[in-house]
Amino acid sequence: MLTLPGELRAAIIGHARADHPDEACGVIAGPAGSDRPERFIKMTNAERSPTFYRFDSLEQLRVWREMDDRDEEPVVIYHSHTATEAYPSRTDVSYASEPGAHYVLVSTRDPDTAELRSFRIVDGVVTEEEVRDPVDAAPE
Amino acid sequence: MAIEVRIPTILRNYTGGAKSVEGSGDTVAGLIADLEGRYSGLQERLVDDSGLRRFVNVYLNDEDVRFLGGLDAPVKDGDTVTVLPAVAGGGTP
Repeated sequence: MLTLPGELRAAIIGHARADHPDEACGVIAGPAGSDRPERFIKMTNAERSPTFYRFDSLEQLRVWREMDDRDEEPVVIYHSHTATEAYPSRTDVSYASEPGAHYVLVSTRDPDTAELRSFRIVDGVVTEEEVRDPVDAAPE
Repeated sequence: MAIEVRIPTILRNYTGGAKSVEGSGDTVAGLIADLEGRYSGLQERLVDDSGLRRFVNVYLNDEDVRFLGGLDAPVKDGDTVTVLPAVAGGGTP
């Protein structure tokens, strides 16, 4: 399960819509071991493509070093699909290299509907998971 | 001679869990071959027939080695080499 605060969900969808028709991509960092996404980091799609994304390599180095310095890890890695469903493609699966991350997919194929889904991708296996707003999970 | 090599999470099974190892060499290629001697299988994750694997980023200090000659990039004592798998994907199945 991914616990994703509403404002972060909105930030992901906003980024995806803004970059449509190119794929948008980014990271949400959180304290190492916490599984809590907290710090939203938009990344440049170095491919600038409607069908492919890749983090700019020097930007990735800077962000990964920063997370390391702050004792954070990439809790969410998100990207958008501009014409297909919000489900990991074969390419997404073959390049998934952070086994601890929640891979969030957004589809911007329909301007009126926000499709946001989350997956674990470990050793080539995709498992969909629920996305929950922590407000909804608050105890009585 | 010591060059620090920072290892990403997904390759730490080759280094017994270590996130940082030391190696030596005059070039990136030499350094990788040196590491392969102690951490078998690591080289194949970094290098293929055409050189450094396309979706693996290797950095020498603050630069991407693609712009420094790739596998032929010279390295020296005190350098830090960082490996990060590229974060990439796409919508076409």
